[in-house]
Amino acid sequence: MAVHEFDGIIIGAGGAGLMAALQASKSAKIAVLSKLYPTRSHTGTAQGGIGAALGNLEEDHWEWHMFDTIKGGDYLVDQDAAEIMCREAVDTVYELEHMGLPFSRTPDGKIAQRPFGGHTREFGKAPVQRSCYAADRTGHMILQTLYQQCIKQGVTFFNEFHVVDLLVQDGVVCGAVAIEIATGELYTFHAKAVLFATGGSGRMYKITSNALTLTGDGMAVVYRRGIPLEDMEFFQFHPTGIYKMGILITEAARGEGGILRNNSGERFMERYAATLKDLAPRDMVSRAIYKEIREGRGIGGKDYVHLDLTHLDSKVIHAKLPDITDFVETYMGIDPVKSPIPIQPTAHYAMGGIPTNSDAEVVIDEKNTAMPGLYAAGECACVSVHGANRLGTNSLVDIIVFGRRGGKALGRFVQQAPLQPLPPDSEKATRDRIERLFESRGSESVARIREKLQAEMMDKASVFRTEGELKKMLDILRGLRQRYSNVCLQDRGRKFNMELLEAFELDHLLELSQVTVTSAMARQESRGAHAREDFPKRDDAKWLKHTLAYRDEELVSLKYKPVSITKFQPQERKY
Amino acid sequence: MEVSFKILRFDPQRDARAHWEEYEVELEPTDRVLDGLEEIKGRLDGTLALRRSCAHGICGSDAMLINGRNRLACKVLVKNLKQPITIEPMRGFNVLKDLIVDMEPFFAKYRSVQPYLIEKDAPPEKERLQSQAQRERFDDTTKCILCGACTTSCPSFWSNPDYVGPAAIVQAHRFIFDSRDQGKEERLKVLNHGDGVWRCRTVFNCVEACPRGINVTRAIGEIKQALARGKV
Repeated sequence: MAVHEFDGIIIGAGGAGLMAALQASKSAKIAVLSKLYPTRSHTGTAQGGIGAALGNLEEDHWEWHMFDTIKGGDYLVDQDAAEIMCREAVDTVYELEHMGLPFSRTPDGKIAQRPFGGHTREFGKAPVQRSCYAADRTGHMILQTLYQQCIKQGVTFFNEFHVVDLLVQDGVVCGAVAIEIATGELYTFHAKAVLFATGGSGRMYKITSNALTLTGDGMAVVYRRGIPLEDMEFFQFHPTGIYKMGILITEAARGEGGILRNNSGERFMERYAATLKDLAPRDMVSRAIYKEIREGRGIGGKDYVHLDLTHLDSKVIHAKLPDITDFVETYMGIDPVKSPIPIQPTAHYAMGGIPTNSDAEVVIDEKNTAMPGLYAAGECACVSVHGANRLGTNSLVDIIVFGRRGGKALGRFVQQAPLQPLPPDSEKATRDRIERLFESRGSESVARIREKLQAEMMDKASVFRTEGELKKMLDILRGLRQRYSNVCLQDRGRKFNMELLEAFELDHLLELSQVTVTSAMARQESRGAHAREDFPKRDDAKWLKHTLAYRDEELVSLKYKPVSITKFQPQERKY
Repeated sequence: MEVSFKILRFDPQRDARAHWEEYEVELEPTDRVLDGLEEIKGRLDGTLALRRSCAHGICGSDAMLINGRNRLACKVLVKNLKQPITIEPMRGFNVLKDLIVDMEPFFAKYRSVQPYLIEKDAPPEKERLQSQAQRERFDDTTKCILCGACTTSCPSFWSNPDYVGPAAIVQAHRFIFDSRDQGKEERLKVLNHGDGVWRCRTVFNCVEACPRGINVTRAIGEIKQALARGKV
């Protein structure tokens, strides 16, 4: 058994993981583990910007940002956490600039800002320019900049190490187990603290903006160790994915003036959100698109609508939206300057995840009791700053603010905490999982089960949901779980066995789909991204609370905890 | 449509040397080469190994030789390619398995150019100011995704693996021409030798290979000029 010993390990090397690493490694011996090379992380694909009330182009205040975040999240947001996020967003954006991030600039040389969905001035009066951007590759620049700083600071990386188990001894975290992808060897990372920053799980759906590798590994790993997942019924569908492919077309396209049109050319968002129109929050725009399509107003009667940029100055498109122009040209053969873009909603973001407090400490029950040494930040975590629906730009704010807070908290924790002994045979559970997969002589393939899962989740548990369809989905999941036990791997080698990794990833997706569907079935209301056609109204009396889903052998058991409400009482959500 | 692929396979656990294998898969014309490779891996041969993640040209994982040219598998559509589509690993790095090459030497060269902002003055309370023209000066080289397509298409690199290579130079350019950076001299020094920028023979393969449309040769030329003039 090979053991590495560190004060703390960080799993995942996207924005949250790298930000945490920069903080924690100042005072402690830290390793960052990623199943990819760090610069391949999905933070790099974020396009439109990072929200912060800098007020560079017009008056803005973090309180306005906080209100928008809470209202955008349909009042399921923990307001104490949202306050921290929106207040600290301002300084963290300056910090990113100081690290060298090449933001686009205003004419007087400040960080450029533009409007984004759901971001308003004076508590909802009109759109405000709050999204700080670097053309339409803001996430790419954040990821590159943070990685550059990690090199400068000499952060230790274990690239292409796939973490598949969390080690806990007597209720205290003591490390993790990883597969070195190049060799297939197992490694135990013995540590006082573990921070998960493993990103989302969009690959449970067929049409998604998410990378092929976004399979919710971190969430599934902790869930299998008895830690709950919070609010997993809330999954965001971004309104504008490239038709059939799901590749993201940033909301900044609408921030710069793009308009959604149906079959008759009508700007249909005027009917759904009179004030913000095309810049209404994502859940509302995605539902509006689905409704247009269902009522026969999709383009040519099909299941897509148009995103129209043709009235914009071609210089604006090329200067401010170069990457999406490239995507549309490459994948659709369309010049967005001349022709509208066929789009459909695409699975984009898990609002739910591993429950944490605002120091990124994982909290494991209704009373928010922290588990010593366990941290989570970014999309895999649920602070909850996104509530039932995340606003555009706030994912980048989340990873930077809570990645930083988590890294600091972890750095402090390992200074005083002792290193717990490892459990006997720390790698046994992982070795057993691998051996089972290698020994199986069944007839099922990972790819086929995954394909079925993604198609059915898209059909039965995406933008609109009903009890009947969710129930069917649970049955399907039971069947898929059965089939998974008969998976047979063709690749029997140890080196770069990508099939083995995909088998682990599928296991994780199956686990998380079951949590998502079970949580969605229980929540008999519509709130944010969770739209129940059989319960179309928000029901604060019964459901203004967070779901906590625990693994109960093959089943999911649900508990609930209250929402933190400090400054803004829930109101009807209109835009 | 039926699409045929010819893939150069190598598994160090089984094979003494690389060999070609052929596959036929059913794809949509608008599918990417990556979709084809995933289809082969999922339905025909689970042992095929490649790196991939975002699948739309941003993460930089899946650079490989496609019909003899360095491309990202996720950024080329099958309908635009002659069949059989030949797939090989990038040239110039050790092949670890199938399409997976050892990227460590590549990242070591990247690190050698000090790819991070060097500032000697304490930052202001808010952002540093930078004019739109100053920002535009290095815009092109901020697009780099470190996929390796440029470096592994370069004949100078093939003949001399010690050459720092176009990708690392692009990264250096991104900082050398950033008005906020104060480490230009150190970085220029790193590049001012036989295995630095002067190894570039302006073959332009890198420009053709770059999936981000970066004018790599121009960036290298600007650094050569800065060295010749003794200032940026």
